[in-house]
Amino acid sequence: MPRDCGRWWVDRILPKGFKIEMSMISKWFSRLALAQTALAAASAVAGTPSSLSPNTSNGYNLPLGVTELSQDIYHIHMEVFWICVAIAVVVFGAMIYSLVKFRKSQGAIPDTAMVHSTKVEIIWTIIPALILVVMAVPAAELILKMEDSRNSEVTIRVTAYQWKWQYQYTGAGEGVGYFSTLARESNFARRLGSGIDPNSVANYLLDVDHPLVIPSGKKVRLLLTSQDVIHAWWIPDFGAKRDAFPGFISELWILVHPGSEGIYRGQCAALCGRDHGFMPIVVDVRTPDGFDKWLAEQKAALKPAQTAQVLN
Amino acid sequence: MAYASTAHDAHDDHHDQPVKGFKRWLYATNHKDIGTMYLVFAMIMFFVGGFMAMLIRAELFKPGLQLMQPEFFNQMTTNHALVMIFGAVMPAFVGLANWMIPLQVGAPDMALPRMNNLSFWILPFAFTLLLGTFFVPGGMPAGGWTMYPPLILQTGAAFPMLIFAVHLMGASSIMGAINVIVTILNMRTPAMTLLKMPLFAWTWLITAYLLIAVMPVLAGAVTMLLTDHFFGTSFFNAAGGGDPLMFEHIFWFFGHPEVYIMILPAFGIISEILPTFSRKPLFGATSMIYAVASIAFLSFIVWGHHMFADGMPMAAQLFFMMSTMLIAVPTGVKVFNWTATMWRGSLSFEPPMLFAIGFLFMFSIGGFSGLMLAIVPADFQYQNSYFVVAHFHYVLVPGAIFGIMAAVYYWLPKWTGVMYSMTLAKWHFWLSTVFVNVLFFPQHFLGLAGMPRRIPDYAVQFADWNMVSSIGGFGFGLSQLLFAYLVIRCMRGEGKKATAAVWDGAMQHGLEWTLPSPPPYHSFTTPPDLPHQVHL
Repeated sequence: MPRDCGRWWVDRILPKGFKIEMSMISKWFSRLALAQTALAAASAVAGTPSSLSPNTSNGYNLPLGVTELSQDIYHIHMEVFWICVAIAVVVFGAMIYSLVKFRKSQGAIPDTAMVHSTKVEIIWTIIPALILVVMAVPAAELILKMEDSRNSEVTIRVTAYQWKWQYQYTGAGEGVGYFSTLARESNFARRLGSGIDPNSVANYLLDVDHPLVIPSGKKVRLLLTSQDVIHAWWIPDFGAKRDAFPGFISELWILVHPGSEGIYRGQCAALCGRDHGFMPIVVDVRTPDGFDKWLAEQKAALKPAQTAQVLN
Repeated sequence: MAYASTAHDAHDDHHDQPVKGFKRWLYATNHKDIGTMYLVFAMIMFFVGGFMAMLIRAELFKPGLQLMQPEFFNQMTTNHALVMIFGAVMPAFVGLANWMIPLQVGAPDMALPRMNNLSFWILPFAFTLLLGTFFVPGGMPAGGWTMYPPLILQTGAAFPMLIFAVHLMGASSIMGAINVIVTILNMRTPAMTLLKMPLFAWTWLITAYLLIAVMPVLAGAVTMLLTDHFFGTSFFNAAGGGDPLMFEHIFWFFGHPEVYIMILPAFGIISEILPTFSRKPLFGATSMIYAVASIAFLSFIVWGHHMFADGMPMAAQLFFMMSTMLIAVPTGVKVFNWTATMWRGSLSFEPPMLFAIGFLFMFSIGGFSGLMLAIVPADFQYQNSYFVVAHFHYVLVPGAIFGIMAAVYYWLPKWTGVMYSMTLAKWHFWLSTVFVNVLFFPQHFLGLAGMPRRIPDYAVQFADWNMVSSIGGFGFGLSQLLFAYLVIRCMRGEGKKATAAVWDGAMQHGLEWTLPSPPPYHSFTTPPDLPHQVHL
């Protein structure tokens, strides 16, 4: 181990006389950003996510998603991220510069008179405050948009249980309802010492027996509640997450872009006990026509089932 | 040095030495003995909580359940958090306060030594109660450290034990806080006006007020859980007119100041160490104090940001977003002041300085992700995902824990009178820094890609980063054995003798360096003058 740890580290990473070229860095960042957006967009265009991925995320960033809200969220996320990166470059740059330049071993003499400067302190209070305003304004606008659940065309009641979901359609679909639980294959494989390789199970832990079916191009409102403990309904590709409380109703809306029909997957996002990790959410987005057809089939199948229920 | 010998001469003989045997510890009223016990206790709890973390990371090493049932996994996550927060970080800070505040403000001891004894000795009982739940029917609490009802009400026989353990921890913290406030306000040497007081004492003074303000709130919240469970009340039960959401409000009204309770003393420590090893006074010392005070104030009005996904009214979302973002301003001032402290200094890189620099960088990373989390619309994606796990571990591990380790490396030679091995301590720093990033950085990716937190098993596309994270976890855990080894060696008095000032450049930075190493049993028996070169 060298005598002075700080020194060899710095020497190795930054050659002598190294200067940070802002233009170089920003070019590099914009290239990265472009690549990321392109990747996310490509998977979004593909519509149905590949079987390997539960969503349109590239595996290390938020998914761009398939709703207006998820895409707005993605953009605001990236905006704030790059602002943070820019601040980090400046602040970490100043720190690293000090670590390199002002070393005792290099004969640096401390400037003990440098103890206070009202001017710089005011500057570095005001500038961050301005940056915050730049971030807060679009965020506030987006909040207003997210909270506007008026004029929804389909309303579905979502009830959470330990550890499954119940979906009940209202309006035209009144009477249609079912439970949605972890698919059998995943449920066998996830047992302790099951001996089944999770990689051999399609959509391991992200598959259910009966997915929620919704139409694309229509504003779908979910009314969430719970029968026992707090759960949370989350589909990353919709930018939609909301807690479900026992005894209370919270709401959420989704408007999937037409052309993005397909299967979207998510999980319960609030610790809800033993099988919290095993109550996935799967949404089957169909065209409005396809959805209407499906709903009509469900209603037709309903009558005998209801009779059976009465008999029981 | 002059002060020390005066102190020594002026004092009765029989009080100068600690009594021998277990009575020294059981009946301890000396701030150094109690500080030592707090720190040793925190170290033990750090390894207990760390062991739980290792089990968690082992189960998450690859998809599928290999080692434990989901219920046991939930027990581990819950108790890892409780043990680390209430057993490791908080007692470590109280231990540091016990050791250092009398030394820094020129007092002979803490103001309330018997209460000091009680506040420590409550802790082993509290944690015996908490960890004892392992042996009761139903196992340990598994509802998360946040104890949200109704889930937490499903806990088995462990439930009342958990509640009483939390009560005890709260009582201990409140007593510790009272002691700090009384010591600082009443026993400061007259020459030391408040604005001349070292930053560690300042941050602790503010932290102590936070503790007194919020610990009773936590006690109230868990008492309501207790009566809901056993006495038929319905505080959090909708069927009886209550609201489970109310618990979240009450809990986070405690919980957010609690977050700052775990970081403000670390801010103070960093503000002590950077000037010493930059050989330059702290830049903007007064604005540092104001920054800490404003962070403390803001901590009371931001709790809602833990609950954005609950379906809050829009006005509340906007308010909590703005107030949370506002915290970035004083925090930014602190980071800038620290950077300015190093600027045009004369830096050397002894272990305390390395940990302080590590803190600066990695705490800032946690700060950036915190800023991102404040943005409500984006928070709908981040909430309860691994992104949050990455965020708070960045502020707590390379933040709070690195702060504590920096403090231990800084003051350990002062406490024990011997020097540890610089080389091994630097190894400890570099191993910890590398592994802590391998451990927590990939968790940002996992969260953004959609992995919820607190799940024992995950979909296969999360496998790669989880494996990387687990490897980092094992590496980080093992590296801490080095820390224990170094500390134990110093405690046994093995190593090179340390001088009074210990650090080249420390002499100007506080009264503690005017005493010999180790300092006399009663630190300052007459109020010292401030040597004129002492400044913040």
